[in-house]
Amino acid sequence: MEIVCPAGTPAALRAAVKAGAHTVYCGFADETNARNFPGLNFSREEMQEGVRFAHAHGAKVLVAINTYPRAGSETLWRQAVADAETAGADAVILADPGLLDYAAQSHPDLRRHLSVQAAAANADIINFYARAFGVKRVVLPRVLSVPEIAAINAETEVETEVFVFGGLCVMAEGRCSLSSYATGQSPNMNGVCSPASHVEYRETGEGLDARLGGYTIHRVGRDEPAPYPTLCKGCFTAGGKTGHLFEDPVSLNAEQLIPQLAKAGVTALKIEGRQRSRSYVAQVVRNFRTAVDAQAAGRPIPQGMLASLSEGQATTTGAYKKTWR
Amino acid sequence: MELTVGANQFFWTPEAWSSLYEDLAHTPVDRVVLGELVCSKRLPFYQDRIPAAVTTLLEAGKQPILTSLALVTLKRERKMTAELAEMGIEVEINDLTALATLPEGARFSVGPLVNVYNESTLAWLAGRGATRVCLPPELPIGPVRTLAQAGRDLGVAIEVWAQGRLPLAISGRCYHARRHGRTKDNCQFACEEDPDGLDVRTLENRSFLAMNGVQTLSESHACADYQVELLRDAGISALRLSPQTGDFAGLCRLWRQRLDGEIAPGEVAAALRRAKPDIRLSDGFLTGASGAEWSGARAGS
Amino acid sequence: MNENLVSIPRVPSVLARPLGLAPLAPLSLSLNAFARAVARNHPGLFRRLGDHAHSTFVLDPTDLPFAILLEPRGGAPKVSVGRGAVRGDARIAGPLAAFLGLVHGAFDGDALFFSRDLVIEGDTAAALALRNAIDDAELDFADEAARLSGPFAAPLRRLIALTERRMGICLSRPPEEAAW
Repeated sequence: MEIVCPAGTPAALRAAVKAGAHTVYCGFADETNARNFPGLNFSREEMQEGVRFAHAHGAKVLVAINTYPRAGSETLWRQAVADAETAGADAVILADPGLLDYAAQSHPDLRRHLSVQAAAANADIINFYARAFGVKRVVLPRVLSVPEIAAINAETEVETEVFVFGGLCVMAEGRCSLSSYATGQSPNMNGVCSPASHVEYRETGEGLDARLGGYTIHRVGRDEPAPYPTLCKGCFTAGGKTGHLFEDPVSLNAEQLIPQLAKAGVTALKIEGRQRSRSYVAQVVRNFRTAVDAQAAGRPIPQGMLASLSEGQATTTGAYKKTWR
Repeated sequence: MELTVGANQFFWTPEAWSSLYEDLAHTPVDRVVLGELVCSKRLPFYQDRIPAAVTTLLEAGKQPILTSLALVTLKRERKMTAELAEMGIEVEINDLTALATLPEGARFSVGPLVNVYNESTLAWLAGRGATRVCLPPELPIGPVRTLAQAGRDLGVAIEVWAQGRLPLAISGRCYHARRHGRTKDNCQFACEEDPDGLDVRTLENRSFLAMNGVQTLSESHACADYQVELLRDAGISALRLSPQTGDFAGLCRLWRQRLDGEIAPGEVAAALRRAKPDIRLSDGFLTGASGAEWSGARAGS
Repeated sequence: MNENLVSIPRVPSVLARPLGLAPLAPLSLSLNAFARAVARNHPGLFRRLGDHAHSTFVLDPTDLPFAILLEPRGGAPKVSVGRGAVRGDARIAGPLAAFLGLVHGAFDGDALFFSRDLVIEGDTAAALALRNAIDDAELDFADEAARLSGPFAAPLRRLIALTERRMGICLSRPPEEAAW
């Protein structure tokens, strides 16, 4: 299976490729991609250089242009598609039907993947995207169980790519306005969720409060870990119960499900984390490359290889196991 | 401007469900979207009542529209979605899956849970038969204006979310069930206890969100009372009102008066506050810095 | 999320304490020369800061008796060292070794922040931009110091050698594992 690895910076791209990534995904440094974070992403020159580097090492580069173009400013997104093609990208990852339509008409030779931000969660809609826009691969939303993924693959020719490691959206991706409700900045419009510009850590008598847009999302004791205040993983009270009502501050690790995912017909495994450092990316990529090579050779997946990367933080297999719902 | 009543987002008893549409027949609204938007498990409880509600609305001169589900994953849900067109009335798609199963050339509406953020997507939908689009609630007034103009050129009526708790997210996981320590498959319909959603408060005990099964809403009630003139000037053709408990039919009448200039800006908000003194209102998605903001707070009312 | 299972060394107080009394001007001057050299060799670092290239950063090594004020000034950086209250738009505090491990790609910034080995206050977005820009720059302080000339070069190199020897603190990039 192909591993698709994150790169928030050119240094991370090189680290991922050297660590064994078959494919790297990245974005331009603006609101056209869903990780529009301060200090991250690629200029046009860096993208060209990154693609050259990856290709020289036998790796592919996918360019994520997966926010929803703003009415009146669509040129920025269209230019990003054109520039990805110029840079030699192997595919673009798109979510917006209007932009997919444009790319299919104006850049027909540029391979199109459907972003997870489109939350295409069944075979009917996936086949529809293939018919309408010539989409060759879909990144599946993180709401499906392994048997459901297998059922989708049985009904479509479109390749499927699934997340196996890193941050986890509990809401259907691209269908969530929690962040813009609290901060005015949204994944769909601005490429950010729970943005750092609206985060405030405040020391109190008892410990540390993490606030987002003025709402206190976490409160931890003096020496406890302080998770980033992502809205859906915050601590809230409802009907007299206080806790992580939507999702615990966990991250996804589906490493041990690689054989099942392979059997379900999945083409590619995606690692989340364009906001993480090059050292983190290199470690995760190295581990997953070992795992998929073991899978391909019919050897068992080494047990708990990534334990050191998630030690101290709970991990989950998310929706891949049906009980998650 | 016209008034559209959106699909009821909550799980009401079958009796309450039916009386909503009987009451709406006597209100000055133009069209009513009905059917199940949020969770396919709710539908069997009132499915057999839909034909009667449709008849009631048609006889009262309202246009009934059937909504699709917001998130289609299961086989049963795909079947449900494919069967929508067979009801013989217009469908409002709230997941593009419904578009995939509509017969070629059918006219349809697009609901607020489909991502229509720009002119290209609007044009693409119009090309496939869309005649009416309710924009995503998070869109600010600038893009709303641009899309209203584009809609006029394409012959697509553009609608804006004007009243009611805002649909902020949809998930594969049921939060009502999770709160009760159950899974979605064994939810025991916990969401039925909260006909307006369950308040979700922050750690400093501030009202923030409302839980509604697999859906997450704003705790505040959106209210575009102060933006009516702005939206009319932008070329918006209808405002959308979302059902809630209490005198919803009365609220519909109030909105008609507001659109007809019989009551002044701020009077809808004032009436909402009279009916429920602790209600929190918001209009920040349209004109504020964040969705939760309320321009009435600045106006001192 | 403690993804770095190594425990982060602290500067021993026998070494730190004398710094509490020493004059800070020479240190400020050395660090300034160093920062200007880094800026010359890594102009991309300041481009990557984007909107935050004119923010001010307080770097507070909690095991040392002073804090560092870093002003990137769009590529003409200024560094000053102070005791007591040093103010800036963003403040990052933690053991010296955490800062150096972050710079050299030995640690992941997210992991250090979540585990609270590093604590951010003030402008979180600016702090993130700095972290990401530094991660991309692939800095190597020992190497930078080796390239440095002028009056501060020798003392800095001596300081680096001493720090590495005495504290086991990482002052160079760890060797990359063999490529596939």
